[in-house]
Amino acid sequence: MEFKVPTMAELMAAGEEPEILFWVGCAGSYDERAQKITRDICKILHHVGIKYAVLGTEESCTGDPAKRAGNEFLFQMQAMTNIEVLNAYNIKKIVTGCPHCFNTIKNEYPGLGGTYDVIHHTQLIQDLINEGKLKAEGGESFKGKKITYHDPCYLGRGNGIYEAPRKALEVLDAQLVEMKRCKSNGLCCGAGGAQMFKEPEKGKKDINVERIDEALETNPQFIAAGCPFCMTMLSDGIKLKDKEQEVKVLDIAEITARANGL
Amino acid sequence: MVAQILFLVITLAAIALFTFNFRKIIRNIRLGKSADRNDQPQKRLLTMLRVAFGQSKMVVRPIPAFLHFFVYIGFVIINIEVVEIMIDGLFGTHRIFNGLGGLYNFLIGSFEILALTVWVSCAIFLVRRNILKLKRFRGVEMTNWPKSDANYILITEILLMSAFLLMNAADAKLQILGSTHYTLAGAFPVSQYLMDLLPSSENALIAIERVCWWFHIIGILAFLNYLPYSKHFHILFAFPNTYFSNLEPKGAFTNMASVTNEVKAMLDPSFVPAETEPGKFGAKDATDLTWVNLMNAYTCTECGRCTSVCPANITGKLLSPRKIMMDTRDRITEIGKNIDKNGVEHQDGKALLDDYITREEIWACTSCNACVEACPVNIDPLQIITELRRFAVMEESQAPASVNAMMGNIENNQAPWKYSPADRFNWANEGN
Repeated sequence: MEFKVPTMAELMAAGEEPEILFWVGCAGSYDERAQKITRDICKILHHVGIKYAVLGTEESCTGDPAKRAGNEFLFQMQAMTNIEVLNAYNIKKIVTGCPHCFNTIKNEYPGLGGTYDVIHHTQLIQDLINEGKLKAEGGESFKGKKITYHDPCYLGRGNGIYEAPRKALEVLDAQLVEMKRCKSNGLCCGAGGAQMFKEPEKGKKDINVERIDEALETNPQFIAAGCPFCMTMLSDGIKLKDKEQEVKVLDIAEITARANGL
Repeated sequence: MVAQILFLVITLAAIALFTFNFRKIIRNIRLGKSADRNDQPQKRLLTMLRVAFGQSKMVVRPIPAFLHFFVYIGFVIINIEVVEIMIDGLFGTHRIFNGLGGLYNFLIGSFEILALTVWVSCAIFLVRRNILKLKRFRGVEMTNWPKSDANYILITEILLMSAFLLMNAADAKLQILGSTHYTLAGAFPVSQYLMDLLPSSENALIAIERVCWWFHIIGILAFLNYLPYSKHFHILFAFPNTYFSNLEPKGAFTNMASVTNEVKAMLDPSFVPAETEPGKFGAKDATDLTWVNLMNAYTCTECGRCTSVCPANITGKLLSPRKIMMDTRDRITEIGKNIDKNGVEHQDGKALLDDYITREEIWACTSCNACVEACPVNIDPLQIITELRRFAVMEESQAPASVNAMMGNIENNQAPWKYSPADRFNWANEGN
């Protein structure tokens, strides 16, 4: 990285507060593919000059996969520990790099004492575009390129956010093509509800393959995602179909960073 | 006079029987755990008006939405006619609302047109189910009874509408003949075409008119009493079900208060928990679910929109959200019958989990909310699946091994994978 990513601990030591906390998430922290997305989100934040910080090693799993799996104990243990950290730092606004973290902190933390203004990174990008702080210039041109966007369940149906990620793509002057099942009717990538961490039950087909088949029907050059778990499932699907050369799966943050030469 | 007494007796018996069975269903729903769904009454009312009255979620599939709209409107409006039938039956009058004049003619004319559209729509529905055999109406849970149930409903509606139109045709013909008692009343835009099919003798016409009249009203009363046994119960429960539906974002799962107390006590030994309902974590049986879940089950009309969009079901897994709802209804009905027979304390040794819904089904769910989004009456199968998972995990420690490993990692490393927490920030020092 060409710049240093500031942590909350450092800011606090300097007696400063960030405008926004970037909640990276476990996938964004450890998964090699998702780490790239994390760095691109930082680049965007750095580029527009927002005062932000991350928790670094003080961050911990939100408890989402435990909760979806039915382990409410583990979820609440994680949640309360995280809330303690967030409240101690007097956090007001959070941007997450993952729809699952987004949903959990936004919807399930307030009842346990943690109320914050939470947005997903595609919403941040939309806001920055609307405010004129972020354009699509100085980098790779996506003009006329065929892009199809896969709605993550916990961003779309889970929280009704369908427009922000599309807005971030519209600014590219690309050719947006929708899959047959999109927006509120979007098909899951197969990773939600703790499926990411287990083998699927027996059936005729894997869910990510069903989704990739549908995405490929649109004949895209890029499949845009907004979730690290969708990223894994869709990338695996593309590999299985041996289409890695023709079709790239990229997060909205990566596309935005590329378009701005970050 | 005999006819009037007979009519009164039949009507009262039908209403009494319906009330008896209806109250049983309410009793069964009340076997569920409490859930607060009385907040935001205005928003709830609007949801009900939009989703149930306005059928807003039906339009996603335009063909059935269009046909269903006719049957729905027909049901609501033709029932105005039942008021007149009731009064005529009790007082021996004939077309008592005739005094409304032009308005009456307009009403009867509208009823006739609606009756025809209901008839045609039901016929098309029968074709879709039995000849075209649409995929949505098949599946493991669509055994003989649910299939017959659907056909009984459609055939009954066709018969009722046929009787209504035939009755009007005979009536209209009698009016033209100037038969006493059959005063000129009503407009017959549809049944006028049936008049030629009927005999011309006055006695035969009166017989046809009377038989159809009795068939129509007894049919309606019988149908009313069929509802509590049938998926068709949705015509009543769609309204409360949407009123009491979840208003939170679909991604938000409930936080269990009983767990909050224990976790708080664990993190802070000086914490004294408030009294909460004791009991198990999650749901093993239907009575461990909330009353909203149980009302959902009685509201389900088995249309299969949920299952048709379920990613697990689409890819050949055993899970079917429709089956989750049907199993829940079957089980709570069984528990209700046990109570009627053997008292409240009776245990039959069975449970919703394992005897009805298998582990394979609940672990196939991706919690994607497609089923919840697809339901035209806001039923939430995901909540039931979650409660069953909660029981399996928290009461039995019976999660799939890989899920246990994931939870172990969160406990030990604060991440679902086996990485060191000390490495969590390494991403900032690597890569481009």
